[in-house]
Amino acid sequence: MSTGNKIAVKDFNFYYGSIQALQMINLDIKANEIFAILGPARSGKTTFLKSLNRLTDLVHGASHTGTILLDGEDIYAPRISLTQLRRRVGIVFDLPIPLPVSIYENVAYGPKLSNKTQKKYLDEIIEKALRSAFLWDEVKDRLHTSALRLSGGQQQRLCISRILALDPEVLLLDEPCSGLDPISTASIEETLSRLKKEYTIILVPHNIQQASRVADRVGFLLEGKLVEEGPAFEIFTRPKNKKTEDYISGKFG
Amino acid sequence: MEIKEIKERFIEKILLLIAFSSITILALITFFIFGEGLPLIWKIGPKSFLLGERWVPSQGEFGILPMIVGSFWVTFGALLLGIPLGLACAIFLCEWTPPWAGMILRSAIQVLAGIPSVVYGFWGLVVLVPLIRNFLGGPGLSILSGSLILSIMILPTIISISEDSLKALPPNYKAGAFALGATHWQTIWRVLIPAARSGIVASIILGMGRALGETMAMIMILGNAVKMPSSILDSARTLTTNIGIEMGYASGDHRQALFAAGVILFLIIMILNTLAIVLSRRRAG
Amino acid sequence: MKFERRRYLTQNIAKILIWMAALSTMAVMALIVFQVLWEGLPVLSLSFFLDSPRSMGREGGIFSTIVGTFALTIVAILFATPLGVGTAIFLWEYTREGRISRTIRFGIGCLAGVPSIIFGLFGFVFFVIYLNMGWSILSGGLTMAALILPTIISATEEALKAIPYSFREVSYSLGGTKWQTVTRAVIPSALPGIFTGIILGICRSIEETAVVILTAGSSLLIPTSLFSPVRTMSVHFYILSREGISMEMAYGTGAALILLVLIVNTVANWLLSRYVRKKA
Repeated sequence: MSTGNKIAVKDFNFYYGSIQALQMINLDIKANEIFAILGPARSGKTTFLKSLNRLTDLVHGASHTGTILLDGEDIYAPRISLTQLRRRVGIVFDLPIPLPVSIYENVAYGPKLSNKTQKKYLDEIIEKALRSAFLWDEVKDRLHTSALRLSGGQQQRLCISRILALDPEVLLLDEPCSGLDPISTASIEETLSRLKKEYTIILVPHNIQQASRVADRVGFLLEGKLVEEGPAFEIFTRPKNKKTEDYISGKFG
Repeated sequence: MEIKEIKERFIEKILLLIAFSSITILALITFFIFGEGLPLIWKIGPKSFLLGERWVPSQGEFGILPMIVGSFWVTFGALLLGIPLGLACAIFLCEWTPPWAGMILRSAIQVLAGIPSVVYGFWGLVVLVPLIRNFLGGPGLSILSGSLILSIMILPTIISISEDSLKALPPNYKAGAFALGATHWQTIWRVLIPAARSGIVASIILGMGRALGETMAMIMILGNAVKMPSSILDSARTLTTNIGIEMGYASGDHRQALFAAGVILFLIIMILNTLAIVLSRRRAG
Repeated sequence: MKFERRRYLTQNIAKILIWMAALSTMAVMALIVFQVLWEGLPVLSLSFFLDSPRSMGREGGIFSTIVGTFALTIVAILFATPLGVGTAIFLWEYTREGRISRTIRFGIGCLAGVPSIIFGLFGFVFFVIYLNMGWSILSGGLTMAALILPTIISATEEALKAIPYSFREVSYSLGGTKWQTVTRAVIPSALPGIFTGIILGICRSIEETAVVILTAGSSLLIPTSLFSPVRTMSVHFYILSREGISMEMAYGTGAALILLVLIVNTVANWLLSRYVRKKA
């Protein structure tokens, strides 16, 4: 068991068919921290996130070498249950995707997959999840109305609640605030800061400023390679690698 | 492997079996139809079966040439009328209908497509046949009346598929033609239709298949004379009506001969439909 | 200049011809429907629907044929829907473009093109004779199920294709298995399309005549079991007209058929719009 590392990535290479998307990633992520992954478009950030809960398995022709350990266990081991993994490591996508059902049913979707359907039990879980995502007060009176009527920010918090209802350990967030107005963005960022007490959070921020606001540690991904990583303060003020410095100062984007 | 995994694999296998049901049914159809029909074709010889002009079951004579010719004429007539009318309607729907009328017309065509073919046959019997008998002579129950009714029945097929092909064309085709100074009609005739060619041809082939396969309405209005037709005012039989009429009381060799006619029909239609599938793949690819 | 005028002349002639062709075609089709309704509606009455045919259909009503139509259609739908939806799910959710899916699709395409009389011959030799089911609702319904199978498959597949991939991704990311994803995230949204396919199958089953005559017989009695022979409305209509038994009854049956198709379509559209409105 590695010392306090929630996730340990060792020599990880990822391929879509013959195209290599990630090269020799080595990274440790500690429990209860917010780790931000920076990088220009198409540098492999989403691919990296999705490999952490094996959502990449859905892509035909995907393959990898190297290991990813969750609490010391290889997530690609044959005996690992995919459904369990994806409940422990939940993901929120950049566009909120509410299912075309009620708010209640959206949040209940995950728990119901394990055939937990007693109403009282579900009611408790859903309220707790919505509270943790700071959405409860806004929707408690209309739980059974369509989730499609919520605003963008509310829908995104709904997506977060969906995962929280499963009691995960790690949260993966892929540009969760893209397309949201500044107020919604601020509320989500505040939510993240409060959430990290209970969960480990890996975030692809919308921009560098967002990373500087919320992240504890930061990694810079460029063309599939992890160029540099370290505490946020250091990366933003004294980056060791010239490319990191160029990216952060906006010389390319 | 937990229970859930096993359950998932099991479900996948079941679905695979279900998915093969179509192939299984097709195989069963082929097997049984050919099983009943082929022995008879071997028995009397393919040449005398296909080219024989006399169909007299009571005397053991089973030549289906009159029926093949009948099928051909009726289908040809239906296409002769149906293709231009169908294309005209498709063009009309695509280019010259105001949007509000378009919805109504398209639903109307869909409903008309759902009207049972026996109703069209019935109308042909009580209205068209006497008309033809009185004005053009002959028994009225004729290839002409058959073609007319059949063309109406295949119109929805030709219209909807051709219209889809025309609508699927990129709008710049039209814009480009206009920009070059073409009139509306020139654009339609010289640019849009050739571009939608493969879809239109597919619709024609499908219409042809439908026409060849039509049975009940044709029984009602073709007159069912078992000789080689010599004019469009003659009564005739098609491969389908032949089977439909006599199957009720046929037995022994007679019944097998009807299955044999079914074999021929089946082969013709399979060839046509494979053509249509190949053409539509080429359109998509 | 003369060339210009000739171009526009061609255009106008063509436009007139097309308008005439299109309008006259639709007029004729409408005329047919209206005439049958015109002559047939007066024949329709409560007793027409509730009485069974007497003296070969010359008198009485069409009740037993209505029962026959319903029974046959229900059997057909009961068998064709699971097979059709299952096939579509397998093709769209469980396989990629490959030899298996191409073979299956080829089979479906061919099956769709088989003329109904061939289905009738097949049903006769396979269900009625070989499996010894005799002329019965079961033989007819099973044969009909084979006939409408391609319709349901393609309607379902279209419905599945329309569901955005992101729904599936959400379900997987919440720990769903493939089957759970299909049944809980995809199918509920695809129901309207599947329903449309079923309605199309129902309409086809109502109008189909050749298959029924060869597999379900033409008994005028009210069926007592799945193994009873039965006559459907379209078969009754056909026999009445062909044998010249009674023009009046024929018109009435024809009108009833048209009305049935119209009712099914209307109810289907209404149900669909209500369902869609409820979701939104």
